[in-house]
Amino acid sequence: MSHPYRTPLSRARGNGAAGHGAGHWIAERVGSIALVPLILWVVYAALQLAPMSRDGAIVWLGQPLNALLMILTFVVSIWHMHDGLRVVIEDYLATILVKSAALLANLFICVLAGGLAVISILKIALGAAL
Amino acid sequence: MTQASSGGRERPLSPHLQVWRWHVTMLTSILNRVTGVGLYGATLLAAAWAVTLAAGPQAYSLYMGLLGSIPGKAALFLVTVSLFYHLGNGVRHLVWDAGRGLDIKSANASSAAVIAFGLVAAVAVWIVAGLMGAL
Repeated sequence: MSHPYRTPLSRARGNGAAGHGAGHWIAERVGSIALVPLILWVVYAALQLAPMSRDGAIVWLGQPLNALLMILTFVVSIWHMHDGLRVVIEDYLATILVKSAALLANLFICVLAGGLAVISILKIALGAAL
Repeated sequence: MTQASSGGRERPLSPHLQVWRWHVTMLTSILNRVTGVGLYGATLLAAAWAVTLAAGPQAYSLYMGLLGSIPGKAALFLVTVSLFYHLGNGVRHLVWDAGRGLDIKSANASSAAVIAFGLVAAVAVWIVAGLMGAL
């Protein structure tokens, strides 16, 4: 994004908007909209899975549609909860070091949990967990 | 932000909770954050479900035993309430983002609606779970 009316000094001082807030705002809404059907589905899925044995759950996740929707639910939920906790951290933690550590922990926990969940579901769906 | 220079007049701060009358839209806003943070933990528990399911029968039965215990079920019920509340309030936010329902009367009415939805939907899901023999 160009800023034709800004002087080089104002640019060097970093004054004004960063210029990418709208994209971030829209991305948050896109994730939220996607989560509406995914969460309704995952409640239905949890009701089906709760009375099942481990073998039953493995067969259930072996169906491609179930595995796909489960992975999508994890990925979009974790994306959404990363963005949400990020805002909470930015609101309440003012000390730069504490805030940076919390933001980093939030990112690492989300990426790790998402990676573990997706690998686990793929392992089951591809028949390697029997 | 730079500090106000010393000796200048005290600048007003944002409203303090002590002088702020509680109202229902404030409650729904706070609940949205609280349930969101709670659901962060719940999503980590769901990831642990997938990991233990893939890990093997021992890990899975241990984990399902934890979730099926009385404290486990109580936590899962709170997760269900939080999930439906956060879902309902999230849709409410999307409606607001579209520029609708922002007047005080509508906002108060939708506050009551999303709180009721969270509770009723969670109880309904647990009744269905009981009927399906999932409890």
